[in-house]
Amino acid sequence: MDCINNLSGCLTSGGLNPALSQFISILLGVVMVTLFPLIIVIFLIWVERKIAARIQDRLGPNRVGPFGLLQSVADAVKLITKEDITPIGADRVVYNIAPILSVVSVLLIWAVIPFTPLHIGVDLEIGVLYFLAVASLATLGIMMAGWSSNNKYALLGAFRSVAQLVSYEVPLVMSLLVPIMLAGTMGMQDIVNAQRGMWFIVSAPISAFLFFIASQAETGRGPFDLLEAESELVAGFNIEYSGMKFGLFFAGEFVHVLTNALLLATLFAGGWVGPFVDQVPLLGIVYLSVKSAVFYLASLLLRNTVPRVRIDQLMNFNWKFLVPVSIANLVVMAFLLKLVQTFGLSPAPDRANDFIANIPQAVILLAGNIALGFVILTYVRNHGRRERLAMETSQSAGQERERIRHMGAVGD
Amino acid sequence: MFELNAQSLTFAVFSILTLGGGAGVVYSRNLIHSALYLIVSLFGVSGLFILLSAPFLAAVQVLVYIGAIAILIIFAVMLTQSMTQMRAILNRQAWLSALVMGLMFVLLVVAVIWPVFGTGGSRADIPVSDMVATTRDLGVALVDGNQYVLPFEVASLLLTAAMIGAIVIARDEDPK
Repeated sequence: MDCINNLSGCLTSGGLNPALSQFISILLGVVMVTLFPLIIVIFLIWVERKIAARIQDRLGPNRVGPFGLLQSVADAVKLITKEDITPIGADRVVYNIAPILSVVSVLLIWAVIPFTPLHIGVDLEIGVLYFLAVASLATLGIMMAGWSSNNKYALLGAFRSVAQLVSYEVPLVMSLLVPIMLAGTMGMQDIVNAQRGMWFIVSAPISAFLFFIASQAETGRGPFDLLEAESELVAGFNIEYSGMKFGLFFAGEFVHVLTNALLLATLFAGGWVGPFVDQVPLLGIVYLSVKSAVFYLASLLLRNTVPRVRIDQLMNFNWKFLVPVSIANLVVMAFLLKLVQTFGLSPAPDRANDFIANIPQAVILLAGNIALGFVILTYVRNHGRRERLAMETSQSAGQERERIRHMGAVGD
Repeated sequence: MFELNAQSLTFAVFSILTLGGGAGVVYSRNLIHSALYLIVSLFGVSGLFILLSAPFLAAVQVLVYIGAIAILIIFAVMLTQSMTQMRAILNRQAWLSALVMGLMFVLLVVAVIWPVFGTGGSRADIPVSDMVATTRDLGVALVDGNQYVLPFEVASLLLTAAMIGAIVIARDEDPK
């Protein structure tokens, strides 16, 4: 057990050179953190296909292996053995770097995710900012892929996706500011530690919801998958890619969905926090997996049950709804938090891990969230009613015109 | 003063990325490649920030310059004509510009770097952690009345004005 919690110390006590044992433990960590998502993605694809199939009243993959579990392995083998085609007009170097960049940008996020109290790639002081910076590289990969393919559909798809990714980054950042504010730090491990008493999803549900929606859009999933609208763009930015290069884009997207679930669990649902986690740190992985599985399934449900939006609806929804809501949410939360701290209702530093001591602050913040949510929903309802009325009026006017025109034609 | 260790090797790698990327920006005949080289160069700069124990600046460098500004530059480049084969000489006083830039670089070295590292001796004996501030210090400095709150607010005002100006210019002349 000691060797799992502190590998380099264990190796050193075994008689190894301290510098070498440090190097071995870091190397092992890096290899595990980068390989794990790439291996788990094989099973994630199976999970996703099974769930999508069940929602659509199909069976899903069930031929290769027990329950079709090995279907994705067979698909991966097929992808690897496929011919690797580069279009004649393509910009070779850029074309080949793009899929690598889009996978790496996702894998790099895993470096700052705390799996247990002791196991984290690097506990950066700026963990959340690092995540945002690295995730913004994905946009670059898509842009490079779309441009270098020398294909108009690829370029159109890339334009769409870049517009979408850059826009949805705004509410994403705004919603992330709230857990940073509540924890008073940007380090991932510290943010998880700050949730020992109370999960942030209780005191800031609107932020969690905004983060969920924005990250769904960042992965190009759910109702926001119009960057690969098959009926309009053939396949989107990755149309010219074949074989394993396409597989890399594909794997990158699936790993990104899981990564977002992990981040949601870490930033809002307490990450590895759970009973007995201090005695047995490895339990943290179990808690984190269960929590992120819940968010992952929610993301899959959303993806498979709602229709695709149009590009204007996508932009309107972001700039006229998500961004104002996230700004209002940030202001309300900052004000309430300051209020709570001024009146001494926030838990004392020595009792920060106590559930009871966290209740007053959480209740006040939750009440603020509910009030804000009520205001938003009322506004949305009135807005929707107005638009529906306007549409009905214009529709009936159009029918009237149509009728008169028709009568005129008959009269002739 | 100069010794070969992990830090100087890393410095060399990031310097090569920065300078090589910069050279690529200038020498590439393909505007898109220029923009991509610019990203390599900016990435090298963010690596240098990390070497200087300024992780916040490094992350902001990647987030703002690569994630936003470089993408905007690529967008703008894609809207220009004949972006892949630039043959026209756009700047006829290129040598004059180069001379002015070279002089300014010399001035920078003499005025800024020489006083710090030249006569007064290197400050390598002070541990870096004693000289650099944390992210918290940076945050406090931006809202503290005695420090940078006025420049910070003026800069935000300027950015807001620029944004409103862009909207006004880009807006259609609405007859209604």
